[in-house]
Amino acid sequence: MSSAPTTPSIDEAAVPGAQAHSHGPGSPVPVQTRSERFASAAHSDFPEVTGRELEWRLTPVAAVRDLIDDELDGSPFPAIVSEADGVTCEWIDRTDARIGTAGLAEERAAANAWSRFEKALSVTLTTEEPVVVTIDRTGADSTPRAAHTIITAKPNARGLVIIDNRGSARLSENVEVVAEAGSDLTVVSLQEWDDESVHLSSQFGRVDRDAHLKHVVVSLGGSVVRVNPSVHLSGAGADGQLLGLYFADAGQHLEQRVYVHHIAPHTISRVTYKGALNGQGARTVWVGDVLIGRLATGTDSYEQNRNLVLSDGTRADSIPNLEIETGDIAGAGHASATGRFDDEHLFYLRSRGIDEQEARRLVVQGFLIDVVQKIGNAELEARLVAAIERELEAVEVV
Amino acid sequence: MSTLEIRDLHVSIETDQGSKEILRGVNLTINSGETHAIMGPNGSGKSTLAYTIAGHPRYTVVSGSITLDGEDVLAMSIDGRARAGLFLAMQYPVEIPGVTVSNFLRTAKTSLDGEAPALRSWIKELRGSMEAMRMDSSFAERNVNEGFSGGEKKRHEIVQLELLKPKIAVLDETDSGLDVDALKVVSEGVNRVKENTGLGVLLITHYTRILRYITPDFVHVFVDGAVAEEGGPELAERLENEGYDRYLTGSSVG
Repeated sequence: MSSAPTTPSIDEAAVPGAQAHSHGPGSPVPVQTRSERFASAAHSDFPEVTGRELEWRLTPVAAVRDLIDDELDGSPFPAIVSEADGVTCEWIDRTDARIGTAGLAEERAAANAWSRFEKALSVTLTTEEPVVVTIDRTGADSTPRAAHTIITAKPNARGLVIIDNRGSARLSENVEVVAEAGSDLTVVSLQEWDDESVHLSSQFGRVDRDAHLKHVVVSLGGSVVRVNPSVHLSGAGADGQLLGLYFADAGQHLEQRVYVHHIAPHTISRVTYKGALNGQGARTVWVGDVLIGRLATGTDSYEQNRNLVLSDGTRADSIPNLEIETGDIAGAGHASATGRFDDEHLFYLRSRGIDEQEARRLVVQGFLIDVVQKIGNAELEARLVAAIERELEAVEVV
Repeated sequence: MSTLEIRDLHVSIETDQGSKEILRGVNLTINSGETHAIMGPNGSGKSTLAYTIAGHPRYTVVSGSITLDGEDVLAMSIDGRARAGLFLAMQYPVEIPGVTVSNFLRTAKTSLDGEAPALRSWIKELRGSMEAMRMDSSFAERNVNEGFSGGEKKRHEIVQLELLKPKIAVLDETDSGLDVDALKVVSEGVNRVKENTGLGVLLITHYTRILRYITPDFVHVFVDGAVAEEGGPELAERLENEGYDRYLTGSSVG
C-alpha cells in the first residue's frame, strides 16, 4: 500500500504537537515508488529543470540556477579536518572504488556536483574507541563550487563527525556516509553559513548489518540551504536515527528532503525534524519519505516534523510520505504539525511569574532544544544551545 | 498579612453556542494562614474560579472584582498576578518539551524576585524541597512534567509552591488521581508551606478525602456558579455523608 502525500499547509491556529496533519481530498498520489527514482552521476543525464518538478517545485530555482546548470569549480573545497587517533583523512580520486557506494545523484544539481568534483574528501573511522572529528569548512568564497565527501565507519567503529559549515559559499555537493557492520556513527551537518550563502547538499547514508547511524541536519544560516539526506538501511538490524533542526529568519529558505529506505529485515528508523520560522518570507520545506521494502519484514519506523510559526509572513511546507511494500511490519507511523505557540505552555510558565517575552523564548528554545538533546555530545549541544539563543535574540516574538 | 477578596464575580466562557455564564456572583475572602475548601459537584464552576484568579485568557470576567491587598488583580497580567503573590497548582500541569525543571524553576524564581537566586543556597533549597516531596533529584534535569506520572506532576506543583513562596495559593483538585501515599506527601507539603510562610490556601476539591490531611478553617459549597452554603470543617463531614444531592434539585448542573 502507499499513502498519499499531504497537502502542504500552514495552520496558524493549530497547536504545535497537538494537531495531526490531514490527508486532504485530492492530494496527489506518488507517481512512482520512491526507490525507482532515476539516479545518475552524469549531469547530462538529467533534463533541464523548470521548477515544476516534484523535486524542485518548492525550491527557489532561480536562486540556485548556477549550481544546477553551470560549470562548477571542482577543486577541493577548503576544509580542515581535526586529527585524532583512529581516523584517516585523505583526498581520493574520482575513480576510487569507495565513491558511489552509498548512493547516487537523483537530481540535476547533485549530478552537476558529481560530474565536476576533482577529488573527494574521505574520512574513515577505524576504532571502537569513540572519536570526534570536525570537518571545518569556513574559508570559501562566492565562486560556484562542487564537492564530494565520503565518511566511513569501519566495522564496529564508533564516532561523531561534524561537518561544520560557516562563512561564505555557493556550493553543490554530495556527501556519502557508510556505516559498516556493527558500527555506531553520528554525522552532523551544521549549516551556519553567512546570510548570502547558497548550499545544496545531497547526503547518502548506507547502514550495514547491526550498525547504527545517527544523522543530524542543523540549518541556521544561509540564504538558500537545501540538505537532502537519503538513508538506506541495507543490513539486517540496521538502525537509522535522522534528526533535524532549522530556524528560518526573514527571506531565508531552508529545505530538507528526507528519505529512509528500509531494505533489510528488522531495521528501525526514527525521523524527527523541528523548525521555527520568523520574519517576512521565512520559508521552510520538509519532505519525509519512508519506504519499507518488500524484504524489510519486522521493521519499525516513525517520522515526524513539527514547525513553530513565530510571526506573520512565513510559510512552512511539511509533507510526510509513507510507502509500505510488505504486510509484516512491527510499526510505521508519521506525524506533522505546524502552528503557533501552545497557549497552555505559555499560561503555565506565566502563572509562575515568568513574563510573556521570556515565556515565549523558553517555549521556542525548548521546542528546538528537544532535538539538540538527542545528539549525544555535550560540547556540540552547548554550542547549538548558544546558537539557538542567538537566533532568538533577534526575534521580537508576538 | 494578605487578603484575597472576591466580590460578586461573574465569569463567562465562549462556546460554540455563544457566551455561557459559569460563575454567577461569587463572594469569598481569604486571609493569610487560612485554609478555605471549595467543594462542589462537577461542572459547578470550581475550576473556572481557579483559572479566573490566575488570569487564564479563556475566561471572561463579566462583572465583579478580585483584589489582593486592595490591588486590582483583574487588571494584572498572568505573570503580574504571580509576582503579586498568587499561585495556582493546576489540575492538569502541562508538559513543556526541552525546558528542564531546574531551568524553569530558576527562571520563575528570578522573575518573582527581580534577581537571580544565589546559586548555592538555591540548589540546596531545590534539593531539599524535592526530597521532602519524595522526588528523585534527577527530576531537576528532566523536562517540565514530561513523562511524569500523574502523582509526580502534582508533587512537582507543590515543590513549586514551596520554592516560589506565594501569599495565596489556589490548589485546583490537587488530590485528584493521587493514591493515598501520594496524597499524604502532597498534603504534608502544603501543611509545611503553610506553617513556614503563613500561606493562605483556597483548596478546590470534589472529595472530602484530602480534608483529612489538610484541615480547612472554612468550607464553601459551590453549586451552579455560586456559593450555596458555608460553614466550618463540620460541613465537609456532612457532605461526606450526604453528598451533593440536596443542592442539586432543579439546578442545571451536568
